[in-house]
Amino acid sequence: MTKKQASILVVDDEFAVRDSLSHWFRKDGFDVHEAESATDALKALDSQSFDVALVDLKMPGMDGLELQERIHQIDPQIGVIMITAFASVETAVRALKQGAFDYVTKPIDPDELSHLVRRCLEQRSLREENEKLRETIDDLVGVSTIVGESPPMLKVLELVRHVAETDATVLIRGESGTGKELIARAIHAASRRRYFPIVPLNCGALPGDLLESELFGHERGAFTGAQYRRKGKIETADHGTLFLDEVGAITPKMQVDLLRVLETKEVTRLGANRPTKVDFRVICATNEDLENAVKEKRFREDLYYRINVFAIEAPPLRARPTDVPLLAEHFRQLFARQMDKRITSISPEAMEVLTAYDWPGNVRELSNAIERAMVVGKPPVIRPQDLPVRPAGATSGPGDSLLAVEKRHIAEVLERADWNITRAAETLGIDRVTVYNKIKKYGLRR
Amino acid sequence: MPPSPRGIDSPGADGTGKTETGRVASQETAPLTIVPFYCGSQRSLLEPLAKELMAAFSLPVERQPPGFDPEMAYDSARGQYNSRILLALLLRHHQGPGKLLGVTDADLFIPVLTFVFGEAQLDGRVALVSSHRLVPERYGLPADPAQLQARLAKEAIHELGHTFGLVHCANGRCVMASSPQLTGVDLKTARFCVDCRDALRRRRSRPSTAGP
Ligand SMILES: [Zn+2]
Ligand SMILES: [Zn+2]
Repeated sequence: MTKKQASILVVDDEFAVRDSLSHWFRKDGFDVHEAESATDALKALDSQSFDVALVDLKMPGMDGLELQERIHQIDPQIGVIMITAFASVETAVRALKQGAFDYVTKPIDPDELSHLVRRCLEQRSLREENEKLRETIDDLVGVSTIVGESPPMLKVLELVRHVAETDATVLIRGESGTGKELIARAIHAASRRRYFPIVPLNCGALPGDLLESELFGHERGAFTGAQYRRKGKIETADHGTLFLDEVGAITPKMQVDLLRVLETKEVTRLGANRPTKVDFRVICATNEDLENAVKEKRFREDLYYRINVFAIEAPPLRARPTDVPLLAEHFRQLFARQMDKRITSISPEAMEVLTAYDWPGNVRELSNAIERAMVVGKPPVIRPQDLPVRPAGATSGPGDSLLAVEKRHIAEVLERADWNITRAAETLGIDRVTVYNKIKKYGLRR
Repeated sequence: MPPSPRGIDSPGADGTGKTETGRVASQETAPLTIVPFYCGSQRSLLEPLAKELMAAFSLPVERQPPGFDPEMAYDSARGQYNSRILLALLLRHHQGPGKLLGVTDADLFIPVLTFVFGEAQLDGRVALVSSHRLVPERYGLPADPAQLQARLAKEAIHELGHTFGLVHCANGRCVMASSPQLTGVDLKTARFCVDCRDALRRRRSRPSTAGP
C-alpha cells in the first residue's frame, strides 16, 4: 500500500464493540486507535490527529453528542460517525444537525459500514483539497495572484474587482497559458463566495459521458461501474464557484443540459429522478473563437449568451512585455522556496533574453522556463545558458534574434558602465577594440 | 462464562511465533490446520478446500477435531455465533506452530456487525470461515456446489492471508480485496495479486508478530 494510512478513532465503552470494530478496520488497512470513554478519546486527540471517529452515542459520563462537539472544536475536519442503538435514532438525527457525518444503528451491515467510512474519507480529502486551494489563493492573492503592472493587466484586475462584487457569469477568453484560471480564482477569492470552494473542471480533458457524470454526479447503479452514488462538480460547488475551462469543448447534448442547469440552478444526478437546488456562480474560460463556433453551429447560441454576460480578455504575454521581469522574478522566488534552492537573482543577461522572447506559450511557458533554469542552474544566479528559450527578435530568423539580443545586451552593459569602454569590455569579456566595433555595428549611442 | 476475546490479543500467548515451550516455530514450513465444527451437510467441502489451501500457500494441510465447545460462542439474543469468541477458543485449545483455520457452517457475527463471512487475527495465528452465508440457496437461488466451493476457498484464503499480516487490497480481483457482500466475493479470484504475493512472501520469511 503506497497511500497514506488513514486513521480511525473508535470510541465505545463496550469492550466487545471496540474490539470488533478495531479488528475490522485494521484488516482494512486503517491505523486504529481505541478509546473507552470520551475523556480517553480527547486524550488521544491531544497526541494524534484522526481522519474518522466512530463514536458511540450512549456512554457513561460525557455522551457521544457532547464528545462530537468537543472533537469538532479540536479538529473540525474529523468525520464523526455516530453509532446508536435503535432506540436513539432521534438523538442521532440531532447529531447530524450538529455536524456528524452520518450515523449507523447497531448491528451494522458490514457493507454499509465500509461504504460509510469510505465516503467520509472521500469528503474529507475533498475538503482538504479545497483547503489547500484556498491557501494557494491566499498565498497568491495576498501579493500577486496575477502578477503584472502593465496597463493591460491593470485593466484586467480592475474588471476582476468589479465583477467579483456581482454574481454575474463571467467568460474569460485568451490564448492558452495566459492565466485564465488564475483570473477565475481571483474573482472567486474577491467575491462573497470565497469561503466556499471553487471547483475547476476542464471540459476539454474528459470524453462526453464522463464529463456528464463528473458535472452532474450519479446515483448508485446509474450505469455500469457506478457502484456508489456520487456528487457532481456542480453540487460540490454549492455556495461556491464552478470554473469550466475549455467550455467550447462540450458536446451538443451537454450544452443543452448545462444551459438548463444555469437557468434553473438545479441539477439532477444521472439515474436520479429528482433535481437538487444548487447555489453557485459559474465562470467559463475558452481559448476558442466562440462566435465562430456559434456561426458554425458547434456551440449553441443561447448558451453562448448565457455564459458571455461579462467578458474578460486575458492578454497574451507579448502584449505586456514590461510584465516579463516582474513575472520572472515572481517565479524565481516561488520556485526557490519550493525547491529550497539558493538562487537569489536572474542575471541581467538572462533577463535580457527573457524580455526579448515573444512567449507564444505565454505565462505558463515563462513559468516553465524559470523552473527549468532553477533546476539546471547553479546558485546563486540564473544565467542565459540556463534558459530553455531562444531569443526572438523583431525579425524571424534565429540568427537575427541572436544579434538583437547581443545588441541589447551590449547597450545595457555600456549603460551600466556609464559608457566607460574599459569597464564594459571587462564585463563583456572582450577587448576594447571589439567593443568599439560593436558600438559602430549596432549604431549604439549614449 | 465464555472466554474473553481479550485473550486473543494478550501478548505472548499467541501469534508471537512461539510454542508453549518457547521454541520458535518455523513459519515457513509449519502446516495449516483445519478445525471443522458444525459443518453439517457442508462437510464434503473440506477435502477440496484442503487442496486449495495447500496450493495457495504451498504448505501441508492437516485436520483436527475441535478441542472446545462452540456453544460457548453462541449468542442466544442474535441466534448467531460470536466469531471473536470462536477465535479465542481456537487459539486456547489448539497449540502448535502453524496457522489454524476454523471451518464451519454456523452463522458468524462480530458484535457491531450483522454478520461476517469469516474472521481472522491480523498477523496472528487463527482464522475462521463460515459457509453459512455463501450458500446460494440461502438467497433463493438454485444450488451450485462449484460456486459454493469457490466462495469458501476465496474466503478461507483471504482470512488466512490476514493471519500472515496482509490487509485489504484495492485490487478487486485479488483474493485480499474486501468483500462484505457476495457480489464482491464472486468478483474476486482465489489468487493473490502481485503486490500481495510479494507481501506474503516477505511476511513468511520472518516470524509472525501479533500486535495488541
Ligand atoms: Zn478481510
Ligand atoms: Zn492484492
